[in-house]
Amino acid sequence: MSVSKRSFQLVTWIAILILGVVALACKGNGGGSGPSSVSLLGAGASFPNPLYQKWLSEYGQHHANVKIDYQSIGSGGGIKQLKEQTVDFGASDAPMKDEDMKSAPGEILHIPTVLGAVVMTYNLEGISQPLRFSPEVIADIFLGKIKKWNDPKIAADNPGVTLPGADITVVHRSDSSGTSAVFTDYLSKVSPEWKEKVGAGVSPSWPVGIGGKGNEGVTGQVKNTPNTIGYVELAYAVQNKLPVGQVKNSSGSYITPSIDTVTAAAAASAASMPEDLRVSITNATGPQAYPISSYTYILVYKNQKDAGKGKALVDFLWWGIHDGEGFAKDLQYAPLPADVVKRAEGKLNSITANGAALRQ
Amino acid sequence: MSAITDSGDVKLSGSQSHWRRVLSPTGNTGDAVFRILMLLVALLMVGIVVAMVIALARDSMLSIRQFGFSFLTSQRWDPIKGQFGALPFVYGTVMSSLIALLISVPFSLGIAIFLVEQAPHYIARPVGFLVELLAAIPSVVYGLWGIFVLAPFLRRYVEPALATVLGWLPLFRGSITGIGLLTGGIILAIMVTPIISAVVRDVLAAVPGSQREAALALGATKWEMIRVVLVNGAPGIAGAVILGLGRALGETMAVTMVIGNRPEISASLFEPSYTIASAIANEFTEATGDLYLSALVELGLILFLVTFIVNGIARLLVWNVTRRTGGVGRAA
Repeated sequence: MSVSKRSFQLVTWIAILILGVVALACKGNGGGSGPSSVSLLGAGASFPNPLYQKWLSEYGQHHANVKIDYQSIGSGGGIKQLKEQTVDFGASDAPMKDEDMKSAPGEILHIPTVLGAVVMTYNLEGISQPLRFSPEVIADIFLGKIKKWNDPKIAADNPGVTLPGADITVVHRSDSSGTSAVFTDYLSKVSPEWKEKVGAGVSPSWPVGIGGKGNEGVTGQVKNTPNTIGYVELAYAVQNKLPVGQVKNSSGSYITPSIDTVTAAAAASAASMPEDLRVSITNATGPQAYPISSYTYILVYKNQKDAGKGKALVDFLWWGIHDGEGFAKDLQYAPLPADVVKRAEGKLNSITANGAALRQ
Repeated sequence: MSAITDSGDVKLSGSQSHWRRVLSPTGNTGDAVFRILMLLVALLMVGIVVAMVIALARDSMLSIRQFGFSFLTSQRWDPIKGQFGALPFVYGTVMSSLIALLISVPFSLGIAIFLVEQAPHYIARPVGFLVELLAAIPSVVYGLWGIFVLAPFLRRYVEPALATVLGWLPLFRGSITGIGLLTGGIILAIMVTPIISAVVRDVLAAVPGSQREAALALGATKWEMIRVVLVNGAPGIAGAVILGLGRALGETMAVTMVIGNRPEISASLFEPSYTIASAIANEFTEATGDLYLSALVELGLILFLVTFIVNGIARLLVWNVTRRTGGVGRAA
């Protein structure tokens, strides 16, 4: 009897302890959202995640009262959570679709933050100089129409290069990804056949090839399998020193992907940017523009419900598109051209709470 | 819930009621409490499974209404055009698990027999420990190892050899890339081997020593004695295989790294394929549009059904085997 009594006591104490801890934790949460400090939550694209994490830590050092979290759950999840208003800001690589905008509970603004690019990488023995690709050749390879590396069409782009007669193995992303969306958006613009048969999207139905999960999966398969071709993000290719192909742009020159040529693509299409800043800049004109480039966006509601939170969010984004851009190059993202920063400023200035502008 | 309040009342009043007898035949209060606790735990498990099926069915309603039965028979998976069919994923899931079992079951039995019947203690212990350690390796590590080590190895040595020797079978034709259904099956085999062999080892160890002694005393050779032990442990061994099968059906990361992720049914084991779990993991994060999400949830529901059916078939087989060997004894 005494044993069971003692164990009952033990259980009671443990229960009290657990209740106490839970109570304390709740109290801690409550204290965090007091009037003096603001916490913001964001979610979305994984591509700009390293940059956003850098922003959060840098911004946090000077703004101790603002606590911001960003979860890189993917663009689709970011848009979904923003629409359900479970986050204060979303992030997406591709601009939101019209129907998504319409079904959202409020007007959503697109704030471009940085640019990225998709590069062609390959594994061909005995080739030292970068291979050159024209848009039709890339489309035909990924459509399965060009099957051999020594196809006359590839040879025409690469005079003087001895190409092997091996079969081409195409490697694409298997996970849904903004990288695939940008790449297929580009192919849809340069190849009517691609547009009709496959189309553009985060997870297209690929006519040929094997799928690798993530940039690392594609890279792993390209590195380990001879005679492969795949596509990865610029930042990933640079950091891992992958062989990268030059792509012919719409001005007819073969462009090596780099931060500067990506920013050039953005600058070339800045003038024709629509009012809501939702734009695809693949196949940009401009002599130095790398054609497979794209913006990545932070998504916010134009009318903020909470003035305190809204102010903190606008201030953070303002800091991001000015001071924050300085961290982009080190992390292999292309910073916004000056004209686009001006356009983004205009968007941030238009954000209101209860009818009053949050930035004076 | 009513059972608890009833028993509580009964306990307080101290009367000898029906409930009290049901809950505790021995008349001990502690026993009754223990019984209720265990019943709740068991019911909770059932409840979670039922809740999952209901949630999956509810969220996949849109896709079920749109495609109906053709979802199961269609081979087309095109999120851009809104066309969804699950057949290639079902095929890839079942085939990769089948390959995994075909390879791993003989290996696991061999390991277990060696550890229990043959190996001296100073070898059995460290080897057993190492095999169990394999089970603790995260699947993403298996996957990366698959891309960087296993796939090139298969491409260079194994697949060309298979193509030359068995190339007359459609199973071993096609382009050799080292990535595909076969590689997925092999990586799964490596992952389920520690699970199966660890359980089989425990099962064999539980077969009474007297069985072995009796067989040997009747003049059986060591091999014949091991056969007696295996027959005795058959239900337990089957349970181990089903456990391994469950892991193989649901495995995600390692398979997706090496299987090629192509929703297509091909006769060749060298060609890329796709599994249900991999497809969900690959596409869920960026899936936009209600129909797309709903189709992915329906894939989850189908994985549930596939697991259920495959497990059912496996159990039927076991039941058949144990019934035929009829009453040799259920050592395990």
